Amino acid sequence: MGTDIGSARSGSRTRRPFFRRQKSCPLSGQNAPKVDYKDVKLLQRFISERGKIVPSRITAVSAKKQRELARAIKRARYLALVPYLVK
Amino acid sequence: MPLYETVFIARQDIPAQEAEALAEKYSGIVSEHGGSVARREYWGLRTLAYRIKKNRKGHYTMFHLDAPAEAVSEMERNMRLDENILRYLTIRSDTLDDKPSIIMQGRVAREERTRHGKVDVRAQTAKSSINAPSSKTDDPEKADETIVKTSDEVKKSSINAPSSKTDDPEKADETIVKTSDEVKGESV
Repeated sequence: MGTDIGSARSGSRTRRPFFRRQKSCPLSGQNAPKVDYKDVKLLQRFISERGKIVPSRITAVSAKKQRELARAIKRARYLALVPYLVK
Repeated sequence: MPLYETVFIARQDIPAQEAEALAEKYSGIVSEHGGSVARREYWGLRTLAYRIKKNRKGHYTMFHLDAPAEAVSEMERNMRLDENILRYLTIRSDTLDDKPSIIMQGRVAREERTRHGKVDVRAQTAKSSINAPSSKTDDPEKADETIVKTSDEVKKSSINAPSSKTDDPEKADETIVKTSDEVKGESV
């Protein structure tokens, strides 16, 4: 056990039970895509198969961008670019 | 004057020329009230994600407006009265870009592909660079999507994959847009 923890600390790829890799927001940064309600392909990445907006804890979108994204998805839904629900 | 972006959906039964005529009419209303239409885009007959007043498809038109509020409200009032219009959405924006909107870009790229029979190399590299940061995440669905985006051949082969359920309607839509493009080309 002791050796296990030691190797994890050294930064190598060891399997610890609750190791979570640092995820970065896919919509922030320099050449990140702009959130736009017309960009159906982009929005589709953040919508579940059922048509729901995927929570940011899964997609790793930052809070600010998630608000923007939610607004864009709702606009796209109103214009029937994206479904409200998929049966 | 503030800038707006308006999208409206016209009924599927009217021909494309009539949809253009509607666009003409509403841009006329805007200019009558002291506004101007900076850009007009006809997105074609697209499949709606759900039915609206028994319609499964609709003619999408987008305006970029530089107009006073009265002009916009007058245009919207007329759209409400018009039976041919299913929906409209006006959004105020700080900037309006000069480039064609993302939907038109997709259509242009598709036309290029059909003309040359293969994907433009530059476009492909651009796409892959956009997708590079997102591919770090370990979401399997997302990884699948990036693959779908990068090459057309993979897209075709992944039709049978279970995870491609989500973008099936879009695919169907794409084919429809293509056919409408062809029709347009013939009429021209």
